[in-house]
Amino acid sequence: MADREPTVIVDDAHIVYRVQQSGGGAKSPVASFKRIVTGAKPSGLREVHAVKGVSFVAYKGEAIGLIGTNGSGKSTLLRAIAGLLPVEKGAIYSAGQPSLLGVNAALMNDLPGERNVVLGCLAQGMSPAEVKARTQEIIDFSGINDRGDFSSLPMRTYSSGMAARLKFSIAAAKKHDVLLIDEALATGDAKFRKRSEQRVRDLRAEAGTVFLVSHSEQSIRDTCERAIWLESGKIRADGPTDAVMKEYEAYVKK
Amino acid sequence: MSQTAVADSDTGVPLGELARRHGLTFAGRLPSLPEYTRQLWAYRHFIASYANAKVTSSLGKTRLGMLWQVLTPLFNAAVYYVIFGVILETSRGIDNFTAYLCTGVFVFGFTQSVVQAGTQAISGNMGLIRALHFPRASLPLAITMVEVRNMVASMAVLMVIVLAFGEPITLEWLLIVPIFLLQSIFNAGLAMAVARFGSKVADFKQLVPFIMRIWLYGSAVIYPVTKFEEAVHIGWLRELIEANPLLVYIDLMRHALMQDVPLASSPLTLWILAAGWAAVAGLGGYAYFWRGEKGYGRG
Repeated sequence: MADREPTVIVDDAHIVYRVQQSGGGAKSPVASFKRIVTGAKPSGLREVHAVKGVSFVAYKGEAIGLIGTNGSGKSTLLRAIAGLLPVEKGAIYSAGQPSLLGVNAALMNDLPGERNVVLGCLAQGMSPAEVKARTQEIIDFSGINDRGDFSSLPMRTYSSGMAARLKFSIAAAKKHDVLLIDEALATGDAKFRKRSEQRVRDLRAEAGTVFLVSHSEQSIRDTCERAIWLESGKIRADGPTDAVMKEYEAYVKK
Repeated sequence: MSQTAVADSDTGVPLGELARRHGLTFAGRLPSLPEYTRQLWAYRHFIASYANAKVTSSLGKTRLGMLWQVLTPLFNAAVYYVIFGVILETSRGIDNFTAYLCTGVFVFGFTQSVVQAGTQAISGNMGLIRALHFPRASLPLAITMVEVRNMVASMAVLMVIVLAFGEPITLEWLLIVPIFLLQSIFNAGLAMAVARFGSKVADFKQLVPFIMRIWLYGSAVIYPVTKFEEAVHIGWLRELIEANPLLVYIDLMRHALMQDVPLASSPLTLWILAAGWAAVAGLGGYAYFWRGEKGYGRG
């Protein structure tokens, strides 16, 4: 066991979101003025302590499922591992550049699907030649052209399922060292889900380590041999999927 | 807390030490400036295509589409011409006041739109920043590129206006290119600086219109530069006013396009100032933006 190679090390990581509320805070200019004069903390600025001191080590070849109830900090932790959110305290180390595979990548709704594919691929660091070669493949995989030529229409005309499928297809087009998957398997219809699960298995075979956030117990059980259970930003359990899942289910049913 | 064997297999070794031993890198590590520049260069295609996409998506829903790139500066010039040239008759001793005014309005407008859009470059793209990995300086640079493209259209309109109001084409018109380049570098630096500042202090966005208006009145856009000589008698104060980068770029552009035009300083001084401002703002803005690279996702 000693020569297992760690790929991601999370050392007592704390993550704090700062949210500037547009609607919240003082209701009138006078109240705002009073707040500044008295030196009170701006009520519009709220801190959300999403992850509170998480530590674990992930090794090469592992697939780790992150479970927990809504708002337990799973997605936040994933973003921090990907280096997209800074940690407030502690540290996160990784081998190579972890990539986050999510369906929430912001694309441009006024542009046609095709151009979004190009833009999304370039933003992931592909070369223009590579992008050109893969564009058709990505559009075919997403299946948005199954019912007519939708790839040349602006994305705002797509149904939410179509948009999610295209986003997943763009994100899944790249090879990754450490792959972080956030709820991506839940998009699209049954046919697309089957295709995307296959794609994730392929990606897992290429990647060193895979993290999966999902609310589907089945996909966690199918893909991961280790699970980490997060609750209110802290690790409740970390171990083989079956054992952790059993504890988690008992907790949820309470 | 149930910790199982998987996590405990390396007990005794501090996690930071374990990371070092296996050569893992710290996720929030700031790349060195040359390294960052290399990354940015690798993303040049993304910057270009993002800039393109921004133009297309902002004009995509309009009926006239790309025609607006030319129409916007035309309307802009027409409004100023009607108010200052026709209604107020503010010629104030300048032979070709229309050409003088339009040059000022267009050159100033270039920096103004870069600052306005740059303030939002980070705060308006949080979704993209929290989802994908790329050097964040791509965003303010793409915004600068959008405005550079708009400015090329504006310059074409400006040349037609200047010609129509009786200025001849001379060899000096070639100087437009270096002036435009220097101002673009200046603007890029400014865009990066305000992008970082605007992402930290959300209130800054509210102040931008006022800052830009003060800058407009201080840059001799709608009155002759000779006003400074008449109004300000303290030596160092006047030198300070006349070192204003926008005044410098506007003056140089007028000097290139028009025959007889009063300047704030000698052309040589203006050129030195123009190059100096481009270097200071360009490098300073870049370095300032780079220092904040890892914090942009926090919001």
